[in-house]
Parts: sequence; structure tokens; C-alpha cells
Amino acid sequence: MQITLNNRIEILDIEKDKLTINELLKLKKYSFTRLIVKINGKIVKREHFDDITFSENDNVEVIHMISGG
Amino acid sequence: MNFLEIKSKLKNKTLGIAGCGGLGSNAAVALARVGIGKLIIADFDKIEESNLNRQYFFFNQIGQYKAAALKENILRINPAVNVEEHIVTLTPARIKNLFIDCDIIIEAFDKAEMKEMIAETVLTEFPLKPLICGVGLAGWGGNDLIKVEIHDNLYIVGDHVSETSENDPPIAPRVGIVANMMANVVLEILLGKDK
Repeated sequence: MQITLNNRIEILDIEKDKLTINELLKLKKYSFTRLIVKINGKIVKREHFDDITFSENDNVEVIHMISGG
Repeated sequence: MNFLEIKSKLKNKTLGIAGCGGLGSNAAVALARVGIGKLIIADFDKIEESNLNRQYFFFNQIGQYKAAALKENILRINPAVNVEEHIVTLTPARIKNLFIDCDIIIEAFDKAEMKEMIAETVLTEFPLKPLICGVGLAGWGGNDLIKVEIHDNLYIVGDHVSETSENDPPIAPRVGIVANMMANVVLEILLGKDK
């Protein structure tokens, strides 16, 4: 599956044609626990990380939120 | 644009600041100096001596509520600013109520889970309102690593990786740089691009 991930073309080496956010986070081994995720510019709330999916050519943004202020 | 024109453009603008710590207090003061019309500031916490390494407070204000002390300091600099202070713990419902009339919101929390909470809330409830978050400001140096990343109406300011910890604390110069860069983004949104 080819998507745009954080403004870069990313080829995900998987068989499925749809992926949830949690599947993406696991696949990409993202280590930060606090995130803002957007699919095609629209926010995906954490409660939907297991059910909202993206597919070929979607634009996915994963933005880390880390402590300090 | 001369300074009088800048001030007159900012006079009718309202900025929400969620958190009055290192980012919030410094960004608020910068924008008060240039004449922002109204600041809605919120924080539940009281000033501790350890905060004075980066936050815009004074030694004799230790023990006071941050939101109240920040209002006092802003008015000492520019009494023309309308400051509305709220001593509360921010929740999604309170964010929705307090910041509904703001032109822009600054996220100035300390904890990552609060940053996530406000970003989720603002992007869901006010998708057209610009939200500026500070992410990655621990330690010192690395000036060239601090940048602004834009995701539609979400602006992320910081180095994006330096999480604060016991051995990498937030201290004045770097926190101040990020806070002032956030204030600078506010001006860019309200006044248009200059550079």
C-alpha cells in the first residue's frame, strides 16, 4: 500500500488494502505514546485508532506530542 | 507596517492561552507588549520557586496562582490589554466554553497527555481555529533544530523530540525561544506574512 505519511511517500509492505491507526503505529514502531493523527486532513480521535481505516493514496499525518512547557 | 498600525490590527484580536507556565507566560508577555487586544489565560497551578528558571514570574509571587500573577504582570507591562484569567483545570468541556471566541489558541501545557487532549478537542470542536502547540524544548543549545511545522490549522513549534526529564529539564533560553516563536506565529496569522 502506498500512502503519504507526514508529507512523504511511504510504501507499506502489507497484504491488506485497509489499515487502522493502531496497525500503522505498530508497523512503523512509533514509540511516542501521545499522538495526533489526521487522515486526509481530518483528525482521528484516539478512541477510533482501532476502527477508522485508511487505504491506498491516503494522506496520513502522525504528530508526536511530548512533555515540556 | 509601522508599530501603530500593528497595534491597531491586534487591538480587536483575542488569544486563548491554555497553561501559564514556561510557554504560556512568556508568549503572553510577548503578545501583550505588541498590543494584543484580549488574552484569555487559564491555569490551575500555583507558582513554585522551581518555576522561576523559565516562567515569567517574580520571587515575591511564589505561592500565588499562576493565572492571577500572570495577569498582574501583563497589566504592569501594558494596562491596555484585556486579560481574562481562569484558575481551573482545563477539560475538553472547559476548553470549548472558554476559548470559543478566540481567534487563535496557544497550547502551553507541560504534560504530553494534556497536549494531546487539547489538540484533539480543538481540532474536533473548532477545526478552523488555529492552534499553536509547543513540542520539544528541553535542555539548551540546538537553536537550528527548533522549527514550525504546519498541519492545516495546527502549528507545531519546537524541536519535536526533546522531552523534558530530570536530566533534561526545561530552562529559560530554549523555553523562551519556543514561546516567542509561538507568539511570532500568532502575529504571522493575524498580520499576514512579513518575511
